Amino acid sequence: MSSGDVEAGLEDEQASPTVSDLFLTFLRVAISGFGGALPFARRELVERRKWLDPREFNDLLSICQLMPGPNIVNMSFCLGARFHGVLGAAAAFSGIIVVPCIIAILLAALYLRYGQVPEVSGTLRGVAAAAIGLFVGMGMKMAYVERRSPHILVFALLAFLGAGPLGFPLPMVILVLAPFSIAAAWRWSK
Amino acid sequence: MMPRDPLLDLTLHVFFVSFLAIGGANAIIPELHRMAVESNGWMSDGTFADLFAIATMTPGPNVLLVTLIGWYVAGIPGAVLSTLVMCVPTGAAAYYMSRLSRKFQKARPRIAIQRGLAALTVGIVLASAFILMRSTAHDWVAYAITAAAAAVTIATKANPIVMIAAGAVVGALGFV
Repeated sequence: MSSGDVEAGLEDEQASPTVSDLFLTFLRVAISGFGGALPFARRELVERRKWLDPREFNDLLSICQLMPGPNIVNMSFCLGARFHGVLGAAAAFSGIIVVPCIIAILLAALYLRYGQVPEVSGTLRGVAAAAIGLFVGMGMKMAYVERRSPHILVFALLAFLGAGPLGFPLPMVILVLAPFSIAAAWRWSK
Repeated sequence: MMPRDPLLDLTLHVFFVSFLAIGGANAIIPELHRMAVESNGWMSDGTFADLFAIATMTPGPNVLLVTLIGWYVAGIPGAVLSTLVMCVPTGAAAYYMSRLSRKFQKARPRIAIQRGLAALTVGIVLASAFILMRSTAHDWVAYAITAAAAAVTIATKANPIVMIAAGAVVGALGFV
């Protein structure tokens, strides 16, 4: 693999993190990342720590988005493993996941106890309603970006209908639509 | 008949579902809902929506909904296993792809796959919103909050936490 020399060339000007740096930095990203950790990840990894230059960050992000799995979690694996192999991946992944999981479970345990209190259930309904709005807004923005690519919009609509109102299982929706969607992108995307 | 162990069912199902999370963990909400509410009856629609809200309120990656479903179904072992199974195989795959794809940055098949899957992601994110809306029994105040949050997301660069907090306040005051 030729990736080794690429990295060796970059090490002069870029910081190389230790295993505990990886853990602590991803922990910071995790607990500041409210409703999407990626902007915080960029600020930490590119601007503060300089582990990646902006172009490397974009390339890595596009892979993490293309591959299945939560994007920021994928990024923790990629960066951790790049710098310190399995140990680095474990450190970065623990940083991003452990504390948020503990907080979420504590909140959920409180919910089981106090979920019937009207103020609590009302708060949760309000939060869910707002979060659904974030999804709607995000989906519409993503669609708007593609306004000059009719094939993207057509397949987005088909995926929405299949996975949403029609209620087909997601594996079926993806397996049926993906070949045609990719073929269309092959034909019409530059 | 022997009752099936939910921990095993959960683990296998999440493992399978994790590979469908193209574009992020939000993309599998329809499938998580099918798994937890429709197919196995592990929880009600209302509980699913509440766990979604709790995951949203917690800082961190949005994979936390999977953690909470695991916790609700099978306690701490369920939380740990479902989180690991959700994240580790796909994370490892992403790493190997990141090493490979330095060579394929501009390759046409890669662009076609990326664009083709991105199209599906757009639709699935909107489908997630649809399914969550259906499972929360939206009244008109909830629709208004949803519409306002969507409008702010589209029109401004405001931090999402502002909308979440506003929704929490309106809900806590008993309007939803």
